[in-house]
Parts: sequence; structure tokens; C-alpha cells
Amino acid sequence: MAAQTPYEVLGVKPGATPDEIRKAYRKLAKEFHPDLNPGKPAAEARFKAVAAANNILSDPDKRARYDRGEIDESGAERPRYSYRPHAEGAQGWKYQPQGDIDIGDLDDLFAMFGRGARGAGGGGPAGEGFSMPGANRQYTLTIDFALAATGGRQRLALAPGEWLDVTIPPGIEQGQVLRLKGKGGPGFGGGPAGDALIEVHIAPHPFFRREGDDIQVELPVSLAEAVLGARVSVPTATGPVTMTIPAGSDTGTRLRLRGKGIHRKRRGADTTGDQYVTLKVMIGASGDPALAEFLKGWAEHHPADPRRAMGPEASPGTGDNADAPGKQHGKQP
Amino acid sequence: MIGRDELTRRFAELDGAELARWIANRWILPEDHGGGEGGPGDEEWRFHEVDIARIELILEIRRDFAVDDETVSLVLGLLDQVYSLRRQMRRLSAAIECQPPEVQDAIRQALPKAGERW
Repeated sequence: MAAQTPYEVLGVKPGATPDEIRKAYRKLAKEFHPDLNPGKPAAEARFKAVAAANNILSDPDKRARYDRGEIDESGAERPRYSYRPHAEGAQGWKYQPQGDIDIGDLDDLFAMFGRGARGAGGGGPAGEGFSMPGANRQYTLTIDFALAATGGRQRLALAPGEWLDVTIPPGIEQGQVLRLKGKGGPGFGGGPAGDALIEVHIAPHPFFRREGDDIQVELPVSLAEAVLGARVSVPTATGPVTMTIPAGSDTGTRLRLRGKGIHRKRRGADTTGDQYVTLKVMIGASGDPALAEFLKGWAEHHPADPRRAMGPEASPGTGDNADAPGKQHGKQP
Repeated sequence: MIGRDELTRRFAELDGAELARWIANRWILPEDHGGGEGGPGDEEWRFHEVDIARIELILEIRRDFAVDDETVSLVLGLLDQVYSLRRQMRRLSAAIECQPPEVQDAIRQALPKAGERW
């Protein structure tokens, strides 16, 4: 044992009462007091030790702290004990979870890069330069309907002040992921850069809908255009075109604009979809007295039942009876 | 390395039955130099510095936080994971330090800053 405990210095038991300690101190202090022992360094040293021991043991608070190991014989704070140096020391491995031995743990870390351990794994740090491809980076890009249909370029903000011009192939589908090689994170040690993975979202369009390589659109036409026929302008993904509406068209009439769908190269061959235009007759003049007057005379000579196909419930004409189902149908424009 | 007697001398607040339970719980993993044939009581444990430090740690956890065995188990389990991770991080850092400066720079560049989403 390096140093005597204060109890040993005073020659008392660890359980000594304050009174016993006081008596022991007085006795030793008298015996070794420097004034009574001039020129005796050993006595002076003993006296100092006795005084220091008394200093701790005579104070109940200090004595308790000494007993708990918080301060040492000189009254100085003991360095706070720490488990860390032991846990991280040579012996620490034995308390690793699941009894894992060190080897191979780093594989888990490399697995986080999605690459598996390589380079540094087998040969160790002494091996040749460690190199590794950069990480892939993921982005999402929302494009409008026309760009998705025709293809083109759109700028993607990677980070503040960092841009990437993304080439969108014609006919790209919702959720499709474009991989731009080498546009991801930088590689390490001469390894190639990672890729940028761009998930493309297509903003819904107010009137166009995609069906494969075909485009569907519902086109409102006036009663006169439907009955008499007309040439009208129709929007397509590549801009408006003129289309002829044949006389005698109706709501639901479906017309095809050949080649106005999505144009793409598939295995060298060009394929092109069509745009389908479904007419929707908008009367748009239901309060017009002239039209109403005309239809009164006209309808008398042209009995028609557009609901015949729906069966007898809907069938017996509009007539005058104000019953709900018939009336609702009758009011349909 | 010390034996059981020296250990109980060092830790007055640790009694033998308790120590045996800690060892059974695998909180403490001393070397067993006993024959191992006589079953419980026949062990001749040898405690390394790390074991001693760990005993001190467990005593401290219990004393300072007044927690029961289950909680001590939980705390030790988490601590062991943290130290295991720190060990792995140190190995990784050591591997990085062996790399040429430009590789080290590239890694530093690639590390997201604190608070940066990635």
C-alpha cells in the first residue's frame, strides 16, 4: 500500500469515534510538534501527516467523503473513475454485444454504403490505396404533361447553386427513375462518382390524359358545331391543330388525330401514338327563347327516346308528368 | 488480475451472492480457472482490470440512479453497444488515416455537415 490511511496515521480503527480521533491527534501532535523537536525533519514530516489525517477525520463531512473514496489521504479529489478507458482498452472487446469478436464488424459499416467491404477489408490498411465509388444520390423531379409526352430537358436543383440539366425521354411514365451516371457523390481514392437517381413525377393535366402512348382529351363543342359540322382548333401535346368535326356528331363521338400521341424510338423503330378526341356537346343556350320555340315545333315531328337502351324504367318518354326520374332525365342538357 | 477475495476486499458493498448473480447474468465475464466440475461454488474466478472497472460501474449505476437489476441490464446493454460502435468508428478512422491525403480530403468533403439532410 502506497500511502497510509489517515486512520493508520493516527493509529485508530476505521470505526473510531470523533472523541478517540481527537485524543489520538492531540497525543501525536504533542509528540511530533516541530517546536518540541527542533532539527528533526522526520518528526516534522510525521507532524504534517498527523495534521493532514486529523484535518480529514475531524471533519465529519470530509471523513465521510474519504470513506466513500471521493478524496484521498491528502484531502485531494480522487480522479473520477471512468469505465471508458477500460471498455475501449485491449480487454474491452469481451463486453461487445452478442459476444462479437472484432473481426467483421466493419463489414456492417461498409454495408451501410451499399457496397460491402472491399479494398480495406482483406488487405488491411497496409494494402494498396483504398478506393470506392461515390454514393448514389436520390432526387425527385416534377415535370408537366407536355414535357413528359414530347421529351426534352429540365433543370433540376441539386443543392443551392448546383444544377443538373436532365434529359427527359419522350413518353416517360409517372414514377420512372432516371439514372444519371457519375452525377452522384464523388468517389474515394480514384473511385468513380456515384449516380444521381431521379424519380420523375408528372403533374396531372387539366384536360389531357395518357393511355399508354395515346392521349385522351374531351373536347367541348357547341350544338351548332355538332349538328352542322365545323373545323375547330384542338390542343395537342405539341401545340394546337385543326380538326374537322363531321356534321351530325354527338356527345361521345370519338375522333382520332393520327400521330398526335407519344412519339418514341423503341429498339430502333419509331412508334407513335394517337390523340383521341371525345366530343362533348355543350348546348350553352338553354335560356334562348328562339331555340326553345324552334325545338317545340321540331320535337313534335321528331319523337326520339335516347334512353331506350336503359330499359323500361327510363323509357316512356318525357311527357308532361312531373315524376322525379323522368324529369331529371328530361332536364339533362 | 485478481481473485475473488481481493475483489471483495476492494468493494465492501459487494457481497458474494450478488457477484455470483452478476456473473450468471453475464454482466461480468471473469476468467474461470476452476475445474468447473463441481458446479456452483467450484469456480475460481480471475478478474481483469476491465472486469473490476465494470463492477465499479455497476455499483455506481445502482448507487447513483437507484435502479433495479432489469434497468442495470438495459443500461449495460446500451453502453456495450455504444462502446462497440466507438470501437468500430476508431477502426474506421484508423483505416482512413492510412489513406493518402487526397482520399482523406475526399471523405471529409463527402461527409454531410451536421444538420444537413442526406
